[in-house]
Amino acid sequence: MTNMPDKRAAEATTDADQPPIPPRKEKAPLRARVENLNFYYADGFQALRNVSMPILDRQVTALIGPSGCGKSTLLRCYNRMHDLYPGNRYEGSVILEPEGENLIGPDADPVLVRLRIGMVFQKPNPFPKSIYENVAAGLRVRGVRNRALIDEAVETALRRAAIWDEVKDRLDGSAYDMSGGQQQRLCIARALAPNPEILLLDEPTSALDPIATAKVEDLVQELSKDVTVVIVTHNMQQAARISNRTAFMHIGQLMEFDETSKIFTNPSHPRTEAYITGRYG
Amino acid sequence: MAFTSSGNLSSAEMSTRDAIGAVNRAKRIDKIFAVGGILVMVIAMGLLFALIGDLVVRGLGRIDYDFLTSFPSRRAERAGILSAWVGSILVMLTTAFLAIPVGVAAGLYLEEYARKGWLSNIIEINVSNLAGVPSIIYGLLALGLFVYGLDLGKTILVAGMTLGLLILPIVIVSTREAVRAIPRVIKEGAYGLGADQWQVMWHYIIPAARPGILTGAIVGLSRAIGETAPIITIGALTFIAFLPPAPVSGDFPFINFDWLTDGFTVLPIQMFNWISRPQADFHVNAAATGVVLMALTLSLNGIAIWIRYRLRREHHN
Ligand SMILES: Nc1ncnc2c1ncn2[C@@H]1O[C@H](COP(=O)(O)OP(=O)(O)OP(=O)(O)O)[C@@H](O)[C@H]1O
Ligand SMILES: [Mg+2]
Repeated sequence: MTNMPDKRAAEATTDADQPPIPPRKEKAPLRARVENLNFYYADGFQALRNVSMPILDRQVTALIGPSGCGKSTLLRCYNRMHDLYPGNRYEGSVILEPEGENLIGPDADPVLVRLRIGMVFQKPNPFPKSIYENVAAGLRVRGVRNRALIDEAVETALRRAAIWDEVKDRLDGSAYDMSGGQQQRLCIARALAPNPEILLLDEPTSALDPIATAKVEDLVQELSKDVTVVIVTHNMQQAARISNRTAFMHIGQLMEFDETSKIFTNPSHPRTEAYITGRYG
Repeated sequence: MAFTSSGNLSSAEMSTRDAIGAVNRAKRIDKIFAVGGILVMVIAMGLLFALIGDLVVRGLGRIDYDFLTSFPSRRAERAGILSAWVGSILVMLTTAFLAIPVGVAAGLYLEEYARKGWLSNIIEINVSNLAGVPSIIYGLLALGLFVYGLDLGKTILVAGMTLGLLILPIVIVSTREAVRAIPRVIKEGAYGLGADQWQVMWHYIIPAARPGILTGAIVGLSRAIGETAPIITIGALTFIAFLPPAPVSGDFPFINFDWLTDGFTVLPIQMFNWISRPQADFHVNAAATGVVLMALTLSLNGIAIWIRYRLRREHHN
């Protein structure tokens, strides 16, 4: 479904000149909104303070900010990852649109939430299984048994993650025999296979070299044609290159949220400016 | 390194010289420690090998086909250990079938499902303590509870239950450790795909923890196979006078479970029995039984090591 040869060629040439800021999707509908979100870790530490922000449909939203400001904490609220550890507490709401369902409400089932919202972690974390089984894992979790269906979904997901050509001949090989960059794209394929509505990426390229990073960045932009993406990144250029909206966080608070071009050219908060220009953080 | 002894050394050179002195002292201490360690090891291993060697020298010659396929007898040269090794294996099977599922389930529950709180802390402490309870206490418990309380008799089932209780803490603790060793990112990855707790347990945690769980189970079994005290306590001593027929004799024993309610003896009891005879010939029999018992224990441990090695390679390459 993707035009990979073209993309490869593009990647080779666009490295030098300034990568284009993605076209603004002005009228993108709302996909989710966080409202007055407070989050407390089990030890009582309040990691998010009254955060409110929208996530727009089929756009890339970047979360930036200094280490420890709560980016991962916020990201992990969207798929209720914090529920895995007892004692963590949410306050406020994370509303999924257009249904208006509160993901952290008392009636929401964390497992059902995670079935709709996929996640890719900072360090590639493939399962100790074959490449095929890694990508099929999400479908198996959903009870899909039909081999043909799974075959097709695995191929589609691997193609969307731009790694099909590299692994199509060794689908039964161990995922641990891949390079870090390949593993991370495999993890993206794994998250994509069950067709999530929103894809969460927590510093997906921090363990990768520049070439692998460029591949993942291309991929994220390509994906945002049909998936809503929220990405945490420490790399300002990356945020500027691939995101449509950027949220700047500071000590658990959302300092500024706007179109990426606005944040990077004309931030309204002095802290944001200091951070993106590297004078602070 | 050549250092001049003149007084005009820079402070950096001085501190380097001090550091070299400290390193040399540390090296000397290392050497003393290493020599001491080797000495202690040699003594300990030497004693162990002397014991094993003595047993093998005295017993190995006695082991032949007849010894393994004969029942005990009043005449030492015609006596064999058929009922003892068959009994040992049946008791081990019973122990394994009782202790491993229960222990693994308990370990998984404690690690993954139980709420962390004062109750789970108390259980945790008690499970570790249970591993240190002298085995004769288990024997007394079994005598009071299984033999007299539940009136189950002095049977293979009761022996299996007793040894099962004995190794339960080992299985539980090794299961928990194996589960705890699974990287958090793997579990989060599985949950992140929308897996529920049961799916994560069944498809991710158990496969990854399997080498550790199996190793713990086998180490537990190899401890159980040599246990004498609790088996004597529940009444196996009575079998000295009239040894039961081997449960394998006649028709195939696994089709019916009558053997569970059969009387029995096991290898360490047979050995104990023969050692307490005055005739020297019986002592040779005891040594031969010891060799068989040790071969069984060592091969169980060997299997544990092999499983761990195999599964680990499968998992982490
Ligand atoms: N399990 C936890 N228990 C208590 N406090 C935590 C826990 N995890 C994170 N924190 C704290 O919450 C705050 C936010 O952490 P978070 O991981 O969200 O930061 P981050 O913005 O993702 O940082 P980084 O860029 O370094 O990944 C930090 O102060 C951190 O110390
Ligand atoms: Mg983080």
